[in-house]
Amino acid sequence: MSNIPKDLKYTKSHEWLKPEADGSVRVGITHHAQDLMGDMVYVELPQTGAKVTAGKECGVVESVKAASDVYAPIAGEIVEANTVLSDAPETVNKDCYGAGWMFRMRPANKADLDGLLDAKAYEALVASEKH
Amino acid sequence: MPFIPHTDADVNAMLKSIGVDSIDSLFNEIPAALRAGKLTQVPEGLSEMQVTRLMQARANQDGAYTSFIGAGAYEHHIPAAVWEIVTRGEFYSAYTPYQAEASQGTLQLLYEYQTMMASLTGMDVSNASLYEGASGLAEAVLMAVRAHKKARKILMPATVHPIYRRVVQAIVRNQHIELVEIPHDAEGGHIVPESLKTYEGGEFAALVIPQPNFFGVLEEVDALTDWAHAHNMFVIGLVNPISLAILKPPGEWGAKSADIAVGEGQPLGAPLSSGGPYFGFMCCKEALVRQMPGRIIGATLDKDGKRGFTLTLQAREQHIRRSKATSNICTNQGLIVTAATIYMALLGPDGLERVAAACHANTRALVEKLTAIPGVQRVFNRPVFHETVLQLDAPVSETLRALEAQGILGGYDLTEHYPHLGQALLVCATETRTKEDIEQYAFHLERIVSKRRLDPPCAVKVSPNV
Repeated sequence: MSNIPKDLKYTKSHEWLKPEADGSVRVGITHHAQDLMGDMVYVELPQTGAKVTAGKECGVVESVKAASDVYAPIAGEIVEANTVLSDAPETVNKDCYGAGWMFRMRPANKADLDGLLDAKAYEALVASEKH
Repeated sequence: MPFIPHTDADVNAMLKSIGVDSIDSLFNEIPAALRAGKLTQVPEGLSEMQVTRLMQARANQDGAYTSFIGAGAYEHHIPAAVWEIVTRGEFYSAYTPYQAEASQGTLQLLYEYQTMMASLTGMDVSNASLYEGASGLAEAVLMAVRAHKKARKILMPATVHPIYRRVVQAIVRNQHIELVEIPHDAEGGHIVPESLKTYEGGEFAALVIPQPNFFGVLEEVDALTDWAHAHNMFVIGLVNPISLAILKPPGEWGAKSADIAVGEGQPLGAPLSSGGPYFGFMCCKEALVRQMPGRIIGATLDKDGKRGFTLTLQAREQHIRRSKATSNICTNQGLIVTAATIYMALLGPDGLERVAAACHANTRALVEKLTAIPGVQRVFNRPVFHETVLQLDAPVSETLRALEAQGILGGYDLTEHYPHLGQALLVCATETRTKEDIEQYAFHLERIVSKRRLDPPCAVKVSPNV
């Protein structure tokens, strides 16, 4: 059973989002995504300062069996990338909602977060993919 | 593994199962106007005997010349063992096999090749080869742009092989990558590091450094490399593999080393053969390996703990990454790479160094002999490796034709690509040229130039008062 924390927002492309106190949003890939990918061997992170648009790829995760793009969940600017992952990509497998976060971004429009999936909707999505 | 084509019965059974009448009807969605129809310009097939006779006649038309042309492809002695081994059935395929890991011998050979190339260039990693040097340089440019992420301009010296520059232009132009040409120094024939100040603040992804450059001239690789790194660009070293036996390898250029090293592999065991097949080599720093195109072979352990070889980092490649792959190169010049690997193994580092030194000594002897002829001068005053530009007081094209009539290919005519150098000729004498070859060349050149001198020394300008 996938681990889907209740307090996060989700995308159909399996990223999670967590609003931070300073107005930025932390982003990573979900437990379900890392589980499907398998052991991570490489993470390509977006550059700090990069402007991203919703739904456009801004990073790559590569595992022993596949490579997959990571998409910007909403429009905004990258303010920090988790450089720990460059040397320790397996952190994504170990702690995808914690130390395995990928980047922090400043949303262009806070309200964009409301358009994303909540835990319940994401759980339904994951369940539907299993059939 | 035999290749078994489908029988008519197989084809009919497949068509029936998908409910289609004929193979042709599978293409119905292509409008008739777009179909080629019959290929009327293609002649009928020939028998093997007829083809052999035709190819022999064509080969004879090439003649048997003594060549002093380098300009990117070099006639080196290839020990008989090289192609004897290459053409063994176990090696005789141009491809990495589709079921790669079933062919451990091929993978091991490619792994050895990569190890040799990484060691020769002084770089961390090598791929299993590219098509040839020119498209290899284009791949290096694309790789640098991908890795840089911001800039899409490349500094491309005029001292890079003019055909390479054209190939790179053709490949990268439609990806909105701009090549900015750096002019060469008139006296040295090289890129003067101080002259690069003009380009500071211009947002470039990479500087290409040819070593030796197209004129045979040695570039100031350390200063150029450090300048490029100081201005946030990658360094692409375009190198001759034979020269690396005696010159400083790209992995040791400047304080931080070149980032990518590419070049033409032909000098390592491949005959001139009318221009191909050759192979390109590419090496890079480990940090850039995920942007590298082509196949990469890795060593691993199998489930019993025994050493084995495998394709690695395949997530870069098109069968996994589709349109986002680093390149659409999926195979390599396996057979020519096999020859190169055997060539390098036979010669060893010492042998390769002797080849490089012999080429260089022969070219020096040639230049000394030729520049003793009135009307023949060296153009550039900088040190060179095994190739030099000469200027003639006679039309180059006519001189080359006259030499050809004597069985001598006198060099590469530079007048088309470098008109500002006047009647300039690029000459090279590899280790295959003898003292007698060089004397013959000098003898005929003296005779030919003396008859055609454009500006004989006795034609002193008169009438100073006009």
